[in-house]
Amino acid sequence: MDDLRKYAAELLEKGEVAAVIGYQQVSEKRTKPIIAKTAEDCAKLVFNEYCLNNLAVYLTKARVKELRRVNGAVLKLAITAKPCDVHGIVALIQESQLKREDVTIISFNCAGVVKDFGMDFNGETLATKCVPCDTHKPLYSDMVFGEEKETPKVSDEVLAKIESIEKMSAAERFEYFKAEFDKCIKCYACRAACPLCYCQRCITDKTIPRWVESSAHSRGNFSWNVVRAFHLSGRCIGCGECERACPMDIPLSLLNRKMVIEAKEAYSYISGRSLETPTLVGSFDVKDSDELFM
Amino acid sequence: MSEEKWEPKIVAFVCNWCTYTGADLAGTSRLKYPTNVKLIRVMCSGGIDPVFILKAFERGADGILVSGCHPNDCHYNAGNFHARRRWEFFDELLKFLGIEEGRLQFSWVSASEGKKFVDVVTKVTNDVKAMGQFKAYKDLNDEFTAKFPEPVLNEKEIIMSEEDAK
Repeated sequence: MDDLRKYAAELLEKGEVAAVIGYQQVSEKRTKPIIAKTAEDCAKLVFNEYCLNNLAVYLTKARVKELRRVNGAVLKLAITAKPCDVHGIVALIQESQLKREDVTIISFNCAGVVKDFGMDFNGETLATKCVPCDTHKPLYSDMVFGEEKETPKVSDEVLAKIESIEKMSAAERFEYFKAEFDKCIKCYACRAACPLCYCQRCITDKTIPRWVESSAHSRGNFSWNVVRAFHLSGRCIGCGECERACPMDIPLSLLNRKMVIEAKEAYSYISGRSLETPTLVGSFDVKDSDELFM
Repeated sequence: MSEEKWEPKIVAFVCNWCTYTGADLAGTSRLKYPTNVKLIRVMCSGGIDPVFILKAFERGADGILVSGCHPNDCHYNAGNFHARRRWEFFDELLKFLGIEEGRLQFSWVSASEGKKFVDVVTKVTNDVKAMGQFKAYKDLNDEFTAKFPEPVLNEKEIIMSEEDAK
Protein backbone atom coordinates (compact mmCIF):
# COMPACT_ATOMS: atom_id res chain seq x y z
CA MET A 1 0.00 0.00 0.00
CA ASP A 2 2.86 2.34 0.89
CA ASP A 3 4.51 1.98 -2.53
CA LEU A 4 1.21 2.87 -4.22
CA ARG A 5 0.88 6.01 -2.08
CA LYS A 6 4.51 6.93 -2.65
CA TYR A 7 4.23 6.42 -6.41
CA ALA A 8 1.04 8.50 -6.63
CA ALA A 9 2.54 11.32 -4.55
CA GLU A 10 5.65 11.32 -6.74
CA LEU A 11 3.55 11.62 -9.90
CA LEU A 12 1.77 14.65 -8.44
CA GLU A 13 4.98 16.17 -7.11
CA LYS A 14 6.76 15.90 -10.44
CA GLY A 15 3.81 17.66 -12.06
CA GLU A 16 3.21 14.74 -14.42
CA VAL A 17 -0.44 14.33 -13.51
CA ALA A 18 -3.16 16.73 -12.43
CA ALA A 19 -4.86 14.24 -10.13
CA VAL A 20 -4.94 10.59 -9.14
CA ILE A 21 -8.34 8.94 -9.29
CA GLY A 22 -8.33 6.19 -6.70
CA TYR A 23 -10.04 4.48 -3.79
CA GLN A 24 -10.05 5.52 -0.17
CA GLN A 25 -11.07 3.47 2.84
CA VAL A 26 -14.29 4.60 4.50
CA SER A 27 -14.66 1.88 7.08
CA GLU A 28 -13.19 -1.56 7.58
CA LYS A 29 -15.02 -3.21 4.68
CA ARG A 30 -15.99 -0.25 2.50
CA THR A 31 -14.17 2.06 0.11
CA LYS A 32 -15.18 5.06 -1.94
CA PRO A 33 -13.63 6.89 -4.89
CA ILE A 34 -11.29 9.79 -4.24
CA ILE A 35 -9.75 12.29 -6.59
CA ALA A 36 -6.37 12.94 -5.01
CA LYS A 37 -4.74 16.27 -5.85
CA THR A 38 -2.28 16.59 -2.97
CA ALA A 39 0.22 14.40 -1.15
CA GLU A 40 -2.12 14.25 1.87
CA ASP A 41 -4.88 12.87 -0.35
CA CYS A 42 -2.44 10.31 -1.75
CA ALA A 43 -1.82 9.03 1.78
CA LYS A 44 -5.45 7.86 1.82
CA LEU A 45 -5.18 5.72 -1.34
CA VAL A 46 -5.83 2.01 -0.89
CA PHE A 47 -6.30 -1.11 -2.93
CA ASN A 48 -8.04 -4.21 -1.62
CA GLU A 49 -10.94 -6.54 -2.34
CA TYR A 50 -13.42 -3.82 -1.35
CA CYS A 51 -12.49 -1.58 -4.29
CA LEU A 52 -15.72 -2.25 -6.16
CA ASN A 53 -16.24 0.88 -8.25
CA ASN A 54 -15.10 0.91 -11.84
CA LEU A 55 -13.23 4.22 -11.86
CA ALA A 56 -12.99 4.25 -15.67
CA VAL A 57 -16.41 5.93 -15.55
CA TYR A 58 -14.73 9.11 -14.30
CA LEU A 59 -12.60 9.41 -17.41
CA THR A 60 -15.62 10.15 -19.59
CA LYS A 61 -17.29 12.76 -17.49
CA ALA A 62 -16.79 16.30 -18.77
CA ARG A 63 -16.56 17.63 -15.21
CA VAL A 64 -13.59 15.42 -14.47
CA LYS A 65 -11.88 16.32 -17.73
CA GLU A 66 -11.74 19.85 -16.33
CA LEU A 67 -9.41 18.50 -13.64
CA ARG A 68 -6.65 18.20 -16.19
CA ARG A 69 -6.25 21.99 -16.43
CA VAL A 70 -3.72 23.15 -13.85
CA ASN A 71 -2.33 26.70 -14.01
CA GLY A 72 -2.98 27.00 -17.72
CA ALA A 73 -1.36 23.68 -18.59
CA VAL A 74 -3.20 20.48 -19.48
CA LEU A 75 -1.75 17.55 -17.55
CA LYS A 76 -2.36 13.81 -17.58
CA LEU A 77 -4.72 12.03 -15.21
CA ALA A 78 -3.62 9.02 -13.21
CA ILE A 79 -6.11 6.33 -12.35
CA THR A 80 -5.92 3.25 -10.15
CA ALA A 81 -7.69 0.43 -11.92
CA LYS A 82 -8.34 -3.24 -11.38
CA PRO A 83 -7.34 -5.38 -14.39
CA CYS A 84 -11.03 -5.54 -15.41
CA ASP A 85 -11.36 -1.76 -15.16
CA VAL A 86 -8.39 -1.49 -17.51
CA HIS A 87 -10.64 -3.12 -20.14
CA GLY A 88 -12.97 -0.16 -19.72
CA ILE A 89 -10.13 2.29 -20.23
CA VAL A 90 -8.98 0.36 -23.31
CA ALA A 91 -12.54 0.37 -24.71
CA LEU A 92 -12.72 4.14 -24.20
CA ILE A 93 -9.41 4.59 -26.01
CA GLN A 94 -10.65 2.33 -28.83
CA GLU A 95 -13.73 4.52 -29.15
CA SER A 96 -11.64 7.71 -29.22
CA GLN A 97 -12.99 9.04 -25.94
CA LEU A 98 -9.51 9.21 -24.50
CA LYS A 99 -5.88 9.03 -25.60
CA ARG A 100 -3.53 6.45 -24.15
CA GLU A 101 -0.89 9.12 -23.53
CA ASP A 102 -3.38 11.20 -21.52
CA VAL A 103 -3.84 8.64 -18.79
CA THR A 104 -1.41 6.96 -16.41
CA ILE A 105 -2.78 3.56 -15.49
CA ILE A 106 -1.79 2.30 -12.05
CA SER A 107 -2.98 -1.26 -11.82
CA PHE A 108 -2.87 -4.26 -9.50
CA ASN A 109 -2.66 -7.99 -9.58
CA CYS A 110 -6.20 -8.84 -8.60
CA ALA A 111 -7.74 -11.98 -7.19
CA GLY A 112 -11.32 -10.73 -7.30
CA VAL A 113 -13.54 -8.47 -5.24
CA VAL A 114 -16.54 -9.00 -2.98
CA LYS A 115 -20.17 -8.82 -4.10
CA ASP A 116 -20.97 -5.94 -1.83
CA PHE A 117 -19.43 -3.86 0.93
CA GLY A 118 -19.33 -5.29 4.41
CA MET A 119 -18.79 -8.92 3.39
CA ASP A 120 -15.80 -11.10 4.18
CA PHE A 121 -13.84 -12.11 1.10
CA ASN A 122 -14.21 -15.80 0.28
CA GLY A 123 -15.61 -18.07 -2.43
CA GLU A 124 -19.22 -17.43 -1.47
CA THR A 125 -18.97 -13.65 -1.55
CA LEU A 126 -16.91 -13.43 -4.74
CA ALA A 127 -18.55 -10.95 -7.14
CA THR A 128 -20.32 -12.67 -10.04
CA LYS A 129 -18.24 -10.77 -12.59
CA CYS A 130 -15.05 -12.24 -11.06
CA VAL A 131 -16.17 -15.83 -11.58
CA PRO A 132 -15.48 -16.05 -15.33
CA CYS A 133 -12.65 -13.47 -15.17
CA ASP A 134 -9.46 -14.43 -16.98
CA THR A 135 -7.41 -11.27 -16.51
CA HIS A 136 -5.90 -11.23 -13.05
CA LYS A 137 -2.97 -9.22 -14.38
CA PRO A 138 -3.60 -5.94 -16.22
CA LEU A 139 -3.23 -6.02 -20.01
CA TYR A 140 -2.13 -2.39 -20.18
CA SER A 141 -0.59 -0.43 -17.36
CA ASP A 142 2.16 2.03 -16.46
CA MET A 143 2.73 0.55 -13.02
CA VAL A 144 1.57 -2.66 -11.38
CA PHE A 145 1.38 -3.23 -7.63
CA GLY A 146 0.29 -6.13 -5.46
CA GLU A 147 1.13 -9.78 -5.32
CA GLU A 148 -0.47 -12.48 -7.41
CA LYS A 149 -3.06 -14.39 -5.43
CA GLU A 150 -5.34 -17.34 -6.08
CA THR A 151 -8.94 -16.54 -7.02
CA PRO A 152 -11.51 -18.72 -5.25
CA LYS A 153 -13.11 -21.22 -7.64
CA VAL A 154 -16.91 -21.10 -7.69
CA SER A 155 -19.57 -22.11 -10.20
CA ASP A 156 -20.81 -19.59 -12.73
CA GLU A 157 -24.36 -18.73 -11.67
CA VAL A 158 -24.98 -16.12 -14.37
CA LEU A 159 -24.06 -18.53 -17.15
CA ALA A 160 -26.31 -21.20 -15.62
CA LYS A 161 -29.17 -18.68 -15.46
CA ILE A 162 -28.66 -17.69 -19.11
CA GLU A 163 -28.75 -21.35 -20.13
CA SER A 164 -31.92 -21.96 -18.16
CA ILE A 165 -33.58 -18.91 -19.76
CA GLU A 166 -32.62 -20.12 -23.22
CA LYS A 167 -34.46 -23.37 -22.50
CA MET A 168 -37.71 -21.50 -21.82
CA SER A 169 -40.29 -20.84 -24.54
CA ALA A 170 -40.49 -17.38 -26.11
CA ALA A 171 -43.62 -16.48 -24.15
CA GLU A 172 -42.05 -17.56 -20.84
CA ARG A 173 -38.93 -15.54 -21.58
CA PHE A 174 -41.01 -12.48 -22.38
CA GLU A 175 -42.93 -12.88 -19.12
CA TYR A 176 -39.71 -13.34 -17.16
CA PHE A 177 -38.09 -10.20 -18.53
CA LYS A 178 -41.30 -8.22 -18.33
CA ALA A 179 -41.55 -9.04 -14.63
CA GLU A 180 -37.90 -8.09 -14.11
CA PHE A 181 -38.16 -4.84 -16.10
CA ASP A 182 -41.38 -3.92 -14.29
CA LYS A 183 -39.22 -3.30 -11.23
CA CYS A 184 -37.39 -0.52 -13.06
CA ILE A 185 -37.95 2.96 -11.65
CA LYS A 186 -36.11 4.75 -14.46
CA CYS A 187 -33.48 6.24 -12.19
CA TYR A 188 -30.83 5.64 -14.89
CA ALA A 189 -28.27 4.61 -12.28
CA CYS A 190 -27.19 1.88 -14.72
CA ARG A 191 -26.43 4.58 -17.27
CA ALA A 192 -24.54 6.75 -14.80
CA ALA A 193 -22.41 3.87 -13.50
CA CYS A 194 -21.49 2.53 -16.94
CA PRO A 195 -18.09 3.65 -18.24
CA LEU A 196 -19.26 3.09 -21.82
CA CYS A 197 -22.53 5.07 -21.53
CA TYR A 198 -20.85 8.37 -22.28
CA CYS A 199 -23.23 9.98 -24.81
CA GLN A 200 -23.61 13.67 -24.06
CA ARG A 201 -27.28 13.31 -24.89
CA CYS A 202 -28.84 9.91 -24.35
CA ILE A 203 -31.59 8.74 -26.70
CA THR A 204 -33.93 8.48 -23.71
CA ASP A 205 -33.57 12.23 -23.17
CA LYS A 206 -34.70 13.05 -26.70
CA THR A 207 -38.29 14.20 -26.72
CA ILE A 208 -39.19 15.01 -30.33
CA PRO A 209 -40.06 12.33 -31.10
CA ARG A 210 -40.05 10.54 -27.77
CA TRP A 211 -38.33 7.27 -28.71
CA VAL A 212 -38.20 5.74 -25.25
CA GLU A 213 -41.14 6.44 -22.94
CA SER A 214 -39.84 8.22 -19.86
CA SER A 215 -42.50 6.92 -17.47
CA ALA A 216 -41.57 3.93 -15.33
CA HIS A 217 -44.21 1.78 -16.98
CA SER A 218 -43.85 -1.69 -18.54
CA ARG A 219 -43.75 -0.28 -22.06
CA GLY A 220 -41.19 2.41 -21.34
CA ASN A 221 -39.19 0.09 -19.10
CA PHE A 222 -39.06 -2.57 -21.78
CA SER A 223 -37.81 -0.25 -24.49
CA TRP A 224 -35.28 1.41 -22.17
CA ASN A 225 -33.76 -1.88 -21.09
CA VAL A 226 -33.67 -3.22 -24.66
CA VAL A 227 -32.05 -0.03 -25.94
CA ARG A 228 -29.49 -0.04 -23.10
CA ALA A 229 -28.56 -3.68 -23.68
CA PHE A 230 -28.39 -3.17 -27.44
CA HIS A 231 -26.20 -0.08 -27.23
CA LEU A 232 -23.78 -2.08 -25.10
CA SER A 233 -23.76 -5.25 -27.17
CA GLY A 234 -20.31 -5.92 -28.52
CA ARG A 235 -19.03 -3.11 -26.28
CA CYS A 236 -19.81 -4.22 -22.72
CA ILE A 237 -16.68 -5.10 -20.78
CA GLY A 238 -18.65 -6.99 -18.14
CA CYS A 239 -17.68 -4.87 -15.14
CA GLY A 240 -21.15 -5.38 -13.67
CA GLU A 241 -21.41 -1.83 -12.37
CA CYS A 242 -24.91 -1.37 -13.86
CA GLU A 243 -26.26 -4.28 -11.89
CA ARG A 244 -24.50 -3.18 -8.70
CA ALA A 245 -25.85 0.35 -9.12
CA CYS A 246 -29.40 -0.85 -9.77
CA PRO A 247 -31.53 -0.10 -6.68
CA MET A 248 -34.21 -2.54 -7.86
CA ASP A 249 -31.87 -5.52 -8.42
CA ILE A 250 -32.76 -6.07 -12.07
CA PRO A 251 -30.43 -8.79 -13.43
CA LEU A 252 -28.86 -6.56 -16.07
CA SER A 253 -25.75 -8.70 -16.23
CA LEU A 254 -27.85 -11.49 -17.78
CA LEU A 255 -28.44 -9.39 -20.87
CA ASN A 256 -24.94 -7.97 -20.98
CA ARG A 257 -23.31 -11.36 -20.49
CA LYS A 258 -25.55 -12.88 -23.18
CA MET A 259 -24.39 -10.27 -25.69
CA VAL A 260 -20.75 -10.72 -24.63
CA ILE A 261 -21.10 -14.45 -25.33
CA GLU A 262 -22.74 -13.65 -28.67
CA ALA A 263 -19.88 -11.35 -29.71
CA LYS A 264 -17.35 -13.98 -28.68
CA GLU A 265 -19.06 -16.80 -30.54
CA ALA A 266 -19.90 -14.94 -33.73
CA TYR A 267 -16.86 -12.70 -34.09
CA SER A 268 -14.32 -14.03 -31.51
CA TYR A 269 -14.26 -10.54 -30.09
CA ILE A 270 -14.09 -9.46 -26.46
CA SER A 271 -14.42 -5.76 -25.77
CA GLY A 272 -11.56 -3.80 -24.25
CA ARG A 273 -8.79 -6.33 -24.75
CA SER A 274 -6.62 -4.72 -27.39
CA LEU A 275 -5.75 -1.17 -28.36
CA GLU A 276 -4.83 -2.27 -31.89
CA THR A 277 -8.15 -3.79 -32.99
CA PRO A 278 -11.06 -1.60 -34.08
CA THR A 279 -14.32 -1.86 -32.13
CA LEU A 280 -16.69 -4.60 -33.16
CA VAL A 281 -19.77 -2.54 -33.99
CA GLY A 282 -17.72 0.34 -35.38
CA SER A 283 -16.20 -1.86 -38.05
CA PHE A 284 -17.36 -4.56 -40.44
CA ASP A 285 -16.09 -7.45 -42.46
CA VAL A 286 -17.30 -8.17 -45.98
CA LYS A 287 -17.25 -11.86 -45.02
CA ASP A 288 -19.68 -11.48 -42.08
CA SER A 289 -22.45 -14.08 -41.91
CA ASP A 290 -25.41 -13.45 -44.21
CA GLU A 291 -27.62 -16.10 -42.60
CA LEU A 292 -30.10 -13.68 -41.09
CA PHE A 293 -31.09 -12.16 -44.42
CA MET A 294 -33.51 -13.59 -46.97
CA MET B 1 -62.51 -7.58 -33.96
CA SER B 2 -63.32 -11.20 -34.64
CA GLU B 3 -60.58 -13.77 -35.17
CA GLU B 4 -61.47 -14.28 -38.84
CA LYS B 5 -61.28 -10.66 -39.75
CA TRP B 6 -57.89 -10.09 -38.14
CA GLU B 7 -55.23 -9.07 -40.60
CA PRO B 8 -51.64 -8.62 -39.51
CA LYS B 9 -50.08 -5.18 -39.51
CA ILE B 10 -46.65 -5.38 -41.02
CA VAL B 11 -44.19 -2.56 -41.16
CA ALA B 12 -41.35 -2.68 -43.68
CA PHE B 13 -38.35 -0.42 -43.27
CA VAL B 14 -36.81 -0.28 -46.71
CA CYS B 15 -33.84 1.51 -48.16
CA ASN B 16 -34.42 4.16 -50.77
CA TRP B 17 -31.96 2.87 -53.34
CA CYS B 18 -32.71 -0.84 -53.57
CA THR B 19 -35.75 -2.27 -51.83
CA TYR B 20 -37.96 0.78 -52.26
CA THR B 21 -37.09 0.89 -55.94
CA GLY B 22 -37.66 -2.87 -56.06
CA ALA B 23 -41.11 -2.36 -54.58
CA ASP B 24 -41.71 0.33 -57.16
CA LEU B 25 -40.74 -2.12 -59.88
CA ALA B 26 -43.15 -4.68 -58.43
CA GLY B 27 -45.85 -2.03 -58.73
CA THR B 28 -45.04 -0.94 -62.26
CA SER B 29 -44.81 -4.60 -63.28
CA ARG B 30 -48.33 -5.04 -61.88
CA LEU B 31 -47.28 -7.81 -59.53
CA LYS B 32 -49.67 -8.49 -56.66
CA TYR B 33 -48.56 -8.59 -53.03
CA PRO B 34 -50.37 -8.52 -49.66
CA THR B 35 -51.58 -5.07 -48.66
CA ASN B 36 -50.78 -5.72 -44.99
CA VAL B 37 -47.35 -4.32 -45.45
CA LYS B 38 -46.76 -0.61 -44.90
CA LEU B 39 -43.52 0.64 -46.37
CA ILE B 40 -41.40 3.19 -44.57
CA ARG B 41 -38.66 4.52 -46.77
CA VAL B 42 -35.32 5.39 -45.21
CA MET B 43 -32.18 6.40 -47.02
CA CYS B 44 -30.12 3.35 -46.05
CA SER B 45 -30.56 0.12 -44.10
CA GLY B 46 -27.64 1.39 -42.00
CA GLY B 47 -29.84 4.31 -40.94
CA ILE B 48 -32.56 2.20 -39.39
CA ASP B 49 -32.18 2.60 -35.67
CA PRO B 50 -33.41 -0.39 -33.63
CA VAL B 51 -35.65 2.00 -31.67
CA PHE B 52 -37.69 2.32 -34.89
CA ILE B 53 -38.43 -1.38 -34.54
CA LEU B 54 -39.37 -1.07 -30.87
CA LYS B 55 -41.57 1.92 -31.65
CA ALA B 56 -43.33 0.00 -34.40
CA PHE B 57 -44.01 -2.89 -32.00
CA GLU B 58 -45.23 -0.38 -29.42
CA ARG B 59 -47.60 1.10 -31.98
CA GLY B 60 -49.11 -2.30 -32.67
CA ALA B 61 -47.11 -3.86 -35.49
CA ASP B 62 -47.44 -7.66 -35.64
CA GLY B 63 -44.43 -8.16 -37.85
CA ILE B 64 -41.55 -6.11 -39.14
CA LEU B 65 -39.42 -6.43 -42.24
CA VAL B 66 -36.08 -4.70 -42.61
CA SER B 67 -34.69 -4.68 -46.10
CA GLY B 68 -31.79 -3.07 -47.91
CA CYS B 69 -29.32 -3.43 -50.75
CA HIS B 70 -27.37 -6.65 -51.24
CA PRO B 71 -23.88 -6.62 -49.67
CA ASN B 72 -21.44 -4.73 -51.91
CA ASP B 73 -24.35 -2.91 -53.60
CA CYS B 74 -24.86 -0.20 -50.98
CA HIS B 75 -25.32 3.28 -52.42
CA TYR B 76 -23.16 4.54 -49.57
CA ASN B 77 -20.62 1.70 -49.99
CA ALA B 78 -20.70 0.31 -46.45
CA GLY B 79 -24.06 1.18 -44.86
CA ASN B 80 -25.48 -2.31 -45.14
CA PHE B 81 -22.29 -3.94 -43.84
CA HIS B 82 -22.54 -1.86 -40.67
CA ALA B 83 -26.26 -2.66 -40.48
CA ARG B 84 -25.60 -6.38 -40.84
CA ARG B 85 -23.49 -6.58 -37.67
CA ARG B 86 -25.92 -4.48 -35.70
CA TRP B 87 -28.99 -6.44 -36.77
CA GLU B 88 -27.24 -9.69 -35.90
CA PHE B 89 -26.93 -8.45 -32.29
CA PHE B 90 -30.38 -6.92 -32.17
CA ASP B 91 -32.01 -10.08 -33.48
CA GLU B 92 -30.21 -12.19 -30.88
CA LEU B 93 -31.19 -9.78 -28.12
CA LEU B 94 -34.88 -9.77 -29.10
CA LYS B 95 -34.92 -13.57 -29.29
CA PHE B 96 -33.35 -13.78 -25.84
CA LEU B 97 -35.95 -11.37 -24.48
CA GLY B 98 -38.72 -13.60 -25.77
CA ILE B 99 -39.88 -12.00 -28.99
CA GLU B 100 -40.68 -14.91 -31.26
CA GLU B 101 -38.52 -15.67 -34.25
CA GLY B 102 -40.22 -14.43 -37.39
CA ARG B 103 -41.72 -11.27 -35.92
CA LEU B 104 -38.70 -9.41 -37.16
CA GLN B 105 -37.29 -10.48 -40.51
CA PHE B 106 -34.50 -9.23 -42.70
CA SER B 107 -33.83 -9.36 -46.41
CA TRP B 108 -31.71 -7.97 -49.19
CA VAL B 109 -33.78 -6.92 -52.21
CA SER B 110 -32.18 -5.07 -55.09
CA ALA B 111 -33.82 -2.49 -57.35
CA SER B 112 -34.28 -5.05 -60.11
CA GLU B 113 -35.83 -7.73 -57.89
CA GLY B 114 -39.51 -6.79 -58.04
CA LYS B 115 -40.40 -10.47 -57.97
CA LYS B 116 -38.20 -11.13 -54.93
CA PHE B 117 -39.86 -8.23 -53.11
CA VAL B 118 -43.26 -9.82 -53.71
CA ASP B 119 -41.97 -13.19 -52.48
CA VAL B 120 -40.40 -11.70 -49.35
CA VAL B 121 -43.48 -9.68 -48.42
CA THR B 122 -45.74 -12.68 -49.03
CA LYS B 123 -43.53 -14.89 -46.87
CA VAL B 124 -43.42 -12.39 -43.99
CA THR B 125 -47.20 -11.89 -44.16
CA ASN B 126 -47.86 -15.63 -44.17
CA ASP B 127 -45.41 -16.22 -41.31
CA VAL B 128 -47.00 -13.52 -39.19
CA LYS B 129 -50.51 -14.69 -40.06
CA ALA B 130 -49.57 -18.18 -38.87
CA MET B 131 -48.18 -16.76 -35.63
CA GLY B 132 -51.25 -14.62 -34.98
CA GLN B 133 -51.52 -11.31 -33.26
CA PHE B 134 -48.46 -10.09 -31.35
CA LYS B 135 -50.17 -10.40 -27.98
CA ALA B 136 -47.17 -10.00 -25.69
CA TYR B 137 -46.33 -6.50 -26.79
CA LYS B 138 -49.98 -5.59 -27.31
CA ASP B 139 -50.62 -6.15 -23.61
CA LEU B 140 -47.82 -3.76 -22.69
CA ASN B 141 -49.39 -1.33 -25.09
CA ASP B 142 -52.94 -1.63 -23.79
CA GLU B 143 -51.81 -1.14 -20.21
CA PHE B 144 -49.86 1.89 -21.29
CA THR B 145 -52.61 3.55 -23.31
CA ALA B 146 -55.08 2.97 -20.48
CA LYS B 147 -52.77 4.90 -18.17
CA PHE B 148 -51.53 7.47 -20.63
CA PRO B 149 -54.07 8.10 -23.41
CA GLU B 150 -52.76 8.51 -26.95
CA PRO B 151 -52.03 12.11 -27.87
CA VAL B 152 -54.18 13.85 -30.46
CA LEU B 153 -53.02 13.15 -34.01
CA ASN B 154 -50.78 15.88 -35.25
CA GLU B 155 -48.39 16.44 -38.10
CA LYS B 156 -45.26 15.79 -36.07
CA GLU B 157 -46.07 12.22 -35.20
CA ILE B 158 -47.74 9.68 -37.42
CA ILE B 159 -49.75 7.33 -35.30
CA MET B 160 -51.18 4.01 -36.40
CA SER B 161 -54.71 4.45 -35.12
CA GLU B 162 -57.55 1.93 -34.88
CA GLU B 163 -58.96 3.48 -38.07
CA ASP B 164 -55.93 2.23 -39.99
CA ALA B 165 -56.53 -1.27 -38.80
CA LYS B 166 -60.07 -1.43 -40.16
